[in-house]
Amino acid sequence: MTQMSVPWRPRGKAKFDGPAGMVAGGAKTVFAIFAPFVRAFPGAIMLSAVFGTIVAVWAHYLLFEVVDIALIGSTFNIPANTGLLGGPLTVEEARSALTQIGAPAAGFLCYLLYPVQYGLVRDLVAAGGILGFISVIPLYTIWWERKVAGRIQSRTGPMRVGGWHGWSQSMADGIKLICKEDLCPAGADKPLFKLAPYLAFVPAILAFFALPFGTYWVFRQLDVALVFILAMLGIEVLGVIIAGWASNNKWSVYGAMREACQMVSYEIPMGMALLIPIMCVGTLSLTTIGDTQSGGWTSWIVFRSPFTFAAALVYYIASLASCKRAPFDLPESESELVAGFHTEYSGFRWSLFFFAEYAAMFVVSGLLVILFFGAWYSPLPLLWADGLGESLPARAVKGVLFAGPIWFIAKCVFLLYVQIWLRWTLPRIRIDQVLYACIQVLLPLMMLILLGHTFYELLVPVGGVVWTLFNLILSTIGAVLMIGMLFVATYGCWNRVRLVGNLGRELLPGS
Amino acid sequence: MAPEKICDILKQRFPNAVTAAVLDARRPYATVAAEQWREVATCLRDDPRCAFNMLQCISAIDLLEDNRLAAVYDFFSVPIKGVGPCPRLKHHFAVRVVVDRDNPHIPSVSDIWPAADWHEREAFDMMGIVFDGHPDLTRILCPDDWEGFPLRKDYEFPTEYHGIPATTEHQLTNPRH
Amino acid sequence: MADTLLESQPDLMLDIDKSEQGDVRTEEMLVNMGPQHPATHGVLRVVLRTDGELVLEAVPHIGYLHRCAEKIGENLQPYQYIPYTDRMDYLAGMNNNQAFAIAIERLAGIEVPERAKYIRVIFAELNRIASHLVALGTYGLDMGAFTPFLYMFREREMILDLFESTCGARLTYSYINVGGVHDDFPDRFLDVLEEFLDYFEPKIEEYNQLLSYNHIFVKRTANVGVISPDDAVRWALTGPVLRGSGINWDLRKSTPYEIYDRFDFDIPIGLPGGSERIPRSVVVGDCWNRYFVRLVEMEQSCRIIRQAMKQIPEGKILANKLKNLKLPNDEVYVEIENPRGQLGFYIRGDGSAIPSRVKARGPSFCNISVLNHIGKGCLLADIPAIVGSIDIVMGECDR
Repeated sequence: MTQMSVPWRPRGKAKFDGPAGMVAGGAKTVFAIFAPFVRAFPGAIMLSAVFGTIVAVWAHYLLFEVVDIALIGSTFNIPANTGLLGGPLTVEEARSALTQIGAPAAGFLCYLLYPVQYGLVRDLVAAGGILGFISVIPLYTIWWERKVAGRIQSRTGPMRVGGWHGWSQSMADGIKLICKEDLCPAGADKPLFKLAPYLAFVPAILAFFALPFGTYWVFRQLDVALVFILAMLGIEVLGVIIAGWASNNKWSVYGAMREACQMVSYEIPMGMALLIPIMCVGTLSLTTIGDTQSGGWTSWIVFRSPFTFAAALVYYIASLASCKRAPFDLPESESELVAGFHTEYSGFRWSLFFFAEYAAMFVVSGLLVILFFGAWYSPLPLLWADGLGESLPARAVKGVLFAGPIWFIAKCVFLLYVQIWLRWTLPRIRIDQVLYACIQVLLPLMMLILLGHTFYELLVPVGGVVWTLFNLILSTIGAVLMIGMLFVATYGCWNRVRLVGNLGRELLPGS
Repeated sequence: MAPEKICDILKQRFPNAVTAAVLDARRPYATVAAEQWREVATCLRDDPRCAFNMLQCISAIDLLEDNRLAAVYDFFSVPIKGVGPCPRLKHHFAVRVVVDRDNPHIPSVSDIWPAADWHEREAFDMMGIVFDGHPDLTRILCPDDWEGFPLRKDYEFPTEYHGIPATTEHQLTNPRH
Repeated sequence: MADTLLESQPDLMLDIDKSEQGDVRTEEMLVNMGPQHPATHGVLRVVLRTDGELVLEAVPHIGYLHRCAEKIGENLQPYQYIPYTDRMDYLAGMNNNQAFAIAIERLAGIEVPERAKYIRVIFAELNRIASHLVALGTYGLDMGAFTPFLYMFREREMILDLFESTCGARLTYSYINVGGVHDDFPDRFLDVLEEFLDYFEPKIEEYNQLLSYNHIFVKRTANVGVISPDDAVRWALTGPVLRGSGINWDLRKSTPYEIYDRFDFDIPIGLPGGSERIPRSVVVGDCWNRYFVRLVEMEQSCRIIRQAMKQIPEGKILANKLKNLKLPNDEVYVEIENPRGQLGFYIRGDGSAIPSRVKARGPSFCNISVLNHIGKGCLLADIPAIVGSIDIVMGECDR
């Protein structure tokens, strides 16, 4: 009897300990409870999730406004997080205020809205919202990336697992990742190895705390929000470097060094590109920069001058590099470095890196949207909404049609889509070409743009003939590009051809 | 060029080297003595009438009945525009170098044709022919600590390798389940 | 990892020097690429000596898929050995079957029926297309372009469907047998084949647009891993690697076997950049040319198939007198043009039914041996580019 001892075979069941183990156990229990429902009503759950998100978003939005108007008695010119004005209201005062503005079920609402007047409650709600958003965004971006990739590659993407078009595939993946064994290589620097994913993930969350989703939709309205977000994106690289170093794997070190090198180089043109909107508006506060672009799509900073247009392009390229997306995905290029800096990671820690990456993708897209593409405003000028009045339904219409976080998220998702599109179309660049593109091309170009924009702002009067002409030409180009893309997409969607045939199938025996 | 002519060229230049030649078979070849093999090889490559610039294959064979080992070299002359002595030739030839089984030493030709490098390592690995002057004569297909030369006719399979059972008899007498 | 490497490869350690430049101390690093690595196309192991991203030495180590194919050949009758040839170059099973079958036929003096020869050519060329599709697709994958890979596999599936309809297998066919082929075409096969060719030929242009002329792809592959014509011949490189270096050498044309002299087709060779269809930065013998030679070879294979479809006669598909096949006391060495290069079989008979020596000369085996020669001084990311452009199949390399 030769019982070969296999040293690498895990003995017994995988052991879970620490917070990851608790999460895994909890997830298993939750999944066991909900799995029958998910299996039974996948489509209904999907739809209700989408509508539920929208309703939750709008309820939240209206809630704050009602509190501001009815309870505190001010218009919402006061930023939502400034806390109390004139001391807290009692429940009775709240009820009478609500009755005055004619809110329905004032007796019930007053209890519901009473805690919202406290800053801490608002912060908790907002933090919960952000954490929820950060958890949901990667899941759905990954799912969507797989679907888009499938379409690009003439296949369907996930279909089998998770209901309608595999919408819950990412959740299944997430649960699988949480349940996986938390491995740490023998030669690794254990404390650093365990710390690194959090070092990558936490800055990504922190960046969201300063990223406005709407004029009042921001956790902390920082005057230096732009600098703060850039700093947080810069700290993320630290986690990657530590992960690469602590793994005790040469491929990981390669990935980490590439990431450091790429990030440090591309932050220069990226930062310079971000100077352009600051020069236009004169502030580092993202909310203010966003609010200057409320006059329809011609007022978006990207169409302001040829230099802002070019700067937006440069920023987009640099942002691809800074969040390691193709064609700049060298730190984790699987055909060269196995998996780059996260080669040795598994399970929950690995998924933290992915959460950080997708969160960073969203943040850089969000920055581009706020700084160049009209922030949370629709292409329609906000002035047109003035006739709607201030009633709650009118506000909802305004939020859907003219301004609001839905517009912001929609624009970000479109830019995410472009990132996905590029990833599944382009090959990967080599490291020397990456650095060449940055130092020899983007950096001088950006310097010229900066110089040019300075003189443009100085010499060309705003509203003058030259200014208006350039503005109109660029806005037209933008509109034509967008409409053309929509047209192509619609045309392609209407004329879909089933490419995978069954050419030789009919010859098979039994067919 | 016909194999007879190539053989004649070799015989003319190295009267003692070519010990035998089979020219009317399906695959004509000349047998060359191991001592002069390097000179013959250089001539085969550099002589403009031969110009065998491509070494296709080295097949090691075991002539157990003669108690000998042999390496068979197959050449092609590939016309290269502007490179090599004769661009128009397009012929094939084979040389067999036979050595004693107890002391199988053949001079290496890996500097004459770099292609011989791995083929010689393979012949060493599988048949145990030692190629003198090879830069890195180590096993190539088998593990470095493998014992014996598997393609020899008198090779006996090991019963196990590092605890891994290696023969069916072993498995039959020691069922794993 | 490093310790065991240095123990097994003491010669690698000699050259590691610790140079000091100013106050920055740099060290060379030994990196083990493979045998489990996404870009080494199986179980190739390359030991890299690197200085940062620069590769100073790339020593390939093979043998991780050694399955004693030659030893098995000395214990089986030829028709029993056919399935083993499938498993050598598992992406081009038909061509491997054909090489072994031709070798045995020449040794035993078997005359193959005309129809079988045509079927062999059609299937060998189809398999060449299928194999090149895998090679080009995975090459795009090595460069980080995922999408062309799936486009090419889509077309390959159709070829596999055609194979399946005839011989029942999709990868290891064992279809071309000694003395002919195993089965005849099913009904309407040639119509479906023509339908496939009509569908497939325009797709090549699609691959061009998607990958060949992609600016990044050209940047990654042009002037990378250049093999001079002289080197290519001295290292006995064959197939698209040899032709990519600008040498017009294809056994189907230069020493035609079977019936290839009846067809009219071109041999694509590597060309310098700037000429028609070639980007400017390309030089002869670089990765892009090796890639592009494969692409054009697919067009030419379509041409051959179309001609063979017109000429194919009716008749038998298997030769007579195959029972109790005895191999004469003689030897043959036969090479045919595989998708990856020249696949050679050296077979020695001894009067019995079982050959006394079967030696396979794998094109991958010879082609990958040049890696260290051309891999010196390139960047780390170029190693997958070079390995991918050489297009190895480890099953045949290690046999």
